[in-house]
Amino acid sequence: MLFPRSNTPSAPCRVVVTGAGIITAHGVGWRVNADAFRAGRRSFRPVTLFDVSRQRARLAAEVDLPAHLPPTGLSARREQRLDRAARMVLWAAHEALTQAGWQPGTETPVILGTTAGGMALGEAYYRQVMSGVVARPGQASRVVHYQAQRQGLDLLEAFELSGPGRIIANACASGANAVGHAWEWVRSGHGPRALGGGYDALVQTLFSGFDSLQALSPTPCRPFDARRDGLSLGEGAAVLCLESLDSARARGAEILGEILGYGAATDVHHLTQPHPEGAAALAAMRAACACAGVRPDQVGYVNAHGTGTPLNDRAEALALNVWAGESAPRLPVSSTKAGIGHLLGAAGAVEALVCLMTLREQWLPPQPGLEEPDPVCLFPVVTQAREARFDHALSNSFGFGGANATLLFRRWA
Amino acid sequence: MTRVVVTGWGAVSPAGWGVAALWDALARETPLPCVPLAHPGRERPLLTRPVPPPRPRPEFLGHPRLRRASPLAHYVVAAALEALAGDSAQSPAAPGAVGIIACLTAGCVNYTKRFYDETLRDAATASPLLFPETVFNAPASHLAALLGSTAESGTLVGDEGTFLQGLALAADWLAREQVSGVVVVGADELDWLVGGAMNLFARGAVHAAGAGAVCLRRGPREGAARGVELAGVTDAWSYTARLPPERAARAMREQLPAGLPGEWLMLSARGDRRLDAAEQAAWRDWPGPRRAPQRVVGAAFNAGAAWQVVLASDAIRRGLTPAAIVSVVGSNQQAIGARFVAGEAPAG
Repeated sequence: MLFPRSNTPSAPCRVVVTGAGIITAHGVGWRVNADAFRAGRRSFRPVTLFDVSRQRARLAAEVDLPAHLPPTGLSARREQRLDRAARMVLWAAHEALTQAGWQPGTETPVILGTTAGGMALGEAYYRQVMSGVVARPGQASRVVHYQAQRQGLDLLEAFELSGPGRIIANACASGANAVGHAWEWVRSGHGPRALGGGYDALVQTLFSGFDSLQALSPTPCRPFDARRDGLSLGEGAAVLCLESLDSARARGAEILGEILGYGAATDVHHLTQPHPEGAAALAAMRAACACAGVRPDQVGYVNAHGTGTPLNDRAEALALNVWAGESAPRLPVSSTKAGIGHLLGAAGAVEALVCLMTLREQWLPPQPGLEEPDPVCLFPVVTQAREARFDHALSNSFGFGGANATLLFRRWA
Repeated sequence: MTRVVVTGWGAVSPAGWGVAALWDALARETPLPCVPLAHPGRERPLLTRPVPPPRPRPEFLGHPRLRRASPLAHYVVAAALEALAGDSAQSPAAPGAVGIIACLTAGCVNYTKRFYDETLRDAATASPLLFPETVFNAPASHLAALLGSTAESGTLVGDEGTFLQGLALAADWLAREQVSGVVVVGADELDWLVGGAMNLFARGAVHAAGAGAVCLRRGPREGAARGVELAGVTDAWSYTARLPPERAARAMREQLPAGLPGEWLMLSARGDRRLDAAEQAAWRDWPGPRRAPQRVVGAAFNAGAAWQVVLASDAIRRGLTPAAIVSVVGSNQQAIGARFVAGEAPAG
């Protein structure tokens, strides 16, 4: 039963990550991405997926999607029907599940964040209707596969997981919320494991939407730069296998890191603009740290939301300044969106994985393209690749509608 | 174990704005009249049941956040405010501590379609006013702004069963004491794009729109709860090749008790034989009264599931049944059920 629960532990369970999978414009898999983030690589190029000739911005971080899929339990016919978003989430899930070594058939909730689901298919459906030919083969399949729950079901089916499936659409915080919900599932003792992640493919509606708001930069984004002029979009997916520490130890699983805290808050200032001083961002960071019992001066790296828009970065910087207090000048911060763009519903999950990489391998990801740091930042923005010794990393994700989420990670030693 | 009580509910439906209108429609048991809706490229219009304009116009629609908002956002806010107005909890939560969970299927499809159409015509002139309202969580954001609620807010997307998942998530939030109350809203809006898509799979169902909302709070640790208690939410049985809807519906039913004498069964039947078959088979031998509100007011995805819960709660409060089971066998994702029972009658 989802409610009431039959097994509520007297104390919260510790939650560790035993599998992680990622696909971005940097490539497929942990190693390729870790090397690219560590080197501060940028993976932007002219958009090829749809027409951007009438847009102000024409760059994005497109994924070179492999022509084939990893091994799945889906039939060839089912695989053919999958759209770009579903394919990316299957690549990420395959890597995570292989690493975790979870067996098929186990009760595993799948909690994913997205902003668009399979929207490219919805766009195709609309264009087909408007072309005047209503009854056309493929329309029914587009209806099925465009819906966001479909990508979750595809994942269940592909890897023989039972579910339940939950899709969170909290705009650009969706991926962080999904990982947070999965963490709460395990921490509360609802079950020994949960799969959390996020995904989004580049689609014309969203690209045009951000362009219409003049939120896109015509050049690769420059988060926290004094002359920043907007964000860059990207696409990708990340999936994390979350497991109770007891479960992971009992089966001798390799532990990649621990999730210590999750905080969420709603910014009611404006539908698309953050509170000028980042009040909800501050609340989310404080909530994550409070439930983890970690002080800001114990955090050795912050993966900022850092979109590159003038308003977001200023509000986040002000919130970070207040949150970190006296330790702000010693707090390394960077936004990996400078390398792979803003992945919308995937961003929070991908950046969670980046935090795990940095903790596990003990380096800080430099932010390419930063020329003149905004003086509002009292913290150093990491611009050069370097090794570091630290135990805690924090990841921020904020979205339209005021969805704010923070995740806090600990190195597993 | 945390107990959860339903302290208020609200609805917007083709029957009108408010639970009373929905209740009246259900009591008459006569399907509401259909309204034709033109669909590009089709000779015959779709049959739909739209939400009528509100009479009188609610004051909240004058809020700056709702001036350009979608019909979906209007429905969400109206249903939630009615649920909160009827909140029978003796000590209302501080506004900042009210969580919001919005459950949607198609989301703000009117504006999304319009924005995409503008993009196709000329992306350089697509409206920046429309785009933010197309985002799935825009309605929940507007509601949070109206309530001044800074607690966690979540928008879940999925088929009809998502609303019951939302109830279970709300129960988790209440158990962790991170909020003192949660408003769970199920909503969807009407559009030829969605109606046409639905028509490909469920020709017998009439596409409708609206919202339903319930306000949930923690119940007492011991003794009878006041009002209506959420007794349980089953697992969400996801459809896969190994678990088709028929088996998922049976698994859902097996997690629910046999029921009290006279206990109501609130079904998700939408009037399409193929779509409703799994649920019908699962409950074939149910001995008590059964209701299927979407057969009367139309099929509206998560709004439809929310209406089931709203009507179940209202029937218990009215003393028409000591308990009610809500069965949701969703269109394409999951089968899930919930049970509500009568608590202690509120004083006065």
